[in-house]
Amino acid sequence: MKKQEKPKISVGAVIEEPGSTIKNKTGGWRSFRPVIDQKKCIKCGTCWKFCPDNAVRKNKKGEFEINYDYCKGCGICSKECPVKAIKMVKEEK
Amino acid sequence: MDTHIVERLADYINDGLLKSEMIHAESEHSAISAALGAEAMGVRTFTATASQGLALMHEILFVVSGMRLPVVIAVANRALSAPINIWNDQQDSISERDSGWIQLYVESAQEALDTVIQAYKIAENKKILLPVMVCLDGFTLSHVYEPVNIPEKKDVDKFLPKYNPLFKLDPEKPITMGPIGFPNTYMEFRKATHEAMLNSIDIIKDVNNNFKKSFNRSYGNGLIETYKINDADYAIAAMGTACSTTRVVVDELRKQGKKVGLIKIKSFRPFPKQEIIKAAENLKGIAVIDRNISLGNEGAMYTELRSVFYNQNKKPIIKGFIAGLGGRDITPGHIKTAFNKIENSSDTEWLL
Repeated sequence: MKKQEKPKISVGAVIEEPGSTIKNKTGGWRSFRPVIDQKKCIKCGTCWKFCPDNAVRKNKKGEFEINYDYCKGCGICSKECPVKAIKMVKEEK
Repeated sequence: MDTHIVERLADYINDGLLKSEMIHAESEHSAISAALGAEAMGVRTFTATASQGLALMHEILFVVSGMRLPVVIAVANRALSAPINIWNDQQDSISERDSGWIQLYVESAQEALDTVIQAYKIAENKKILLPVMVCLDGFTLSHVYEPVNIPEKKDVDKFLPKYNPLFKLDPEKPITMGPIGFPNTYMEFRKATHEAMLNSIDIIKDVNNNFKKSFNRSYGNGLIETYKINDADYAIAAMGTACSTTRVVVDELRKQGKKVGLIKIKSFRPFPKQEIIKAAENLKGIAVIDRNISLGNEGAMYTELRSVFYNQNKKPIIKGFIAGLGGRDITPGHIKTAFNKIENSSDTEWLL
């Protein structure tokens, strides 16, 4: 996990500027990463619908891809994929 | 209990005397959550509870203080189950000691009313921004009628102007409230909340002084109140209505030539250490009456009062007494026993 900039100690932890969740890259929490096999993928969008962190997006080529900055590796996409196109691969350094 | 308080407020709203919205919640957990939400919108908020109801609020109490929302609630102090018991003791609010709420214990209906007004002034101070519990003994105060001087609305409005929140939820100016505090900031936020609590010591005194100027009534220095303490050798330390009983006993023992007095602890959080040390400077001994018990140790105030003197060179003898649990009366006899046993009792005694 990259070192985060130390946030301001505001009264009651109020954040006055919206959109701060973008700054917290939660991908570092992941121990398994989803990997999409684009050959198997039927582009149904089930992974995109089920992702609780909005970490699945569609690229310009119409392929679904994972945003590893925010994917926490919960594995729901892999579990729900109707054609078993998403494998959970152990994160190793 | 607390039901009377909100029922009477419902009457005021129905009769058009109070311009306010009443939210009916399905539980105390929801009630305090609704109060949190309303306060976050920048609205002055109030609710009342007791006993199991306060216990059910436990989780959200910490959220309210951590979010620095100046909610005020009344707690009609009552025992906790089991066995089932609806009567007075202070175990409910004492068990919320570490929730980050300012806790003020009152002795009379007049003090309860005045302290609620003061509570908003304390809570909403920009140096504080912490919630306040006004704790009044269940039944002993909550079910007893006594004459109360109700201040004029215009005078209260002058003392306590319109609430001007530091932050509020507003779609025109979005902010985030209650976010995650990662390990790199959580401690700093807790420390800031603790410092606000310590700052409240001076503010509580100021508010008590200003209240006196406006309404000609005050309660000690706002944190503690002493009675016949100046030349006393021994004193009772107590909270709530037990203080009234103690005043009577002090007068009686004084007639017999005994130099005794009372230290009423009004503010349990923040705990007014310096004020207690000063009040006790000439005392030989203090008997602490706890209307609560930290099972397996001793009464909560006994523990705290002794810790105040641990690093002092001059310290009085301090003895602890557990009394008045689950609706048992604290009688003048109990208070006399406590006075008599300051010198020769074991550490903690039960006044059964």
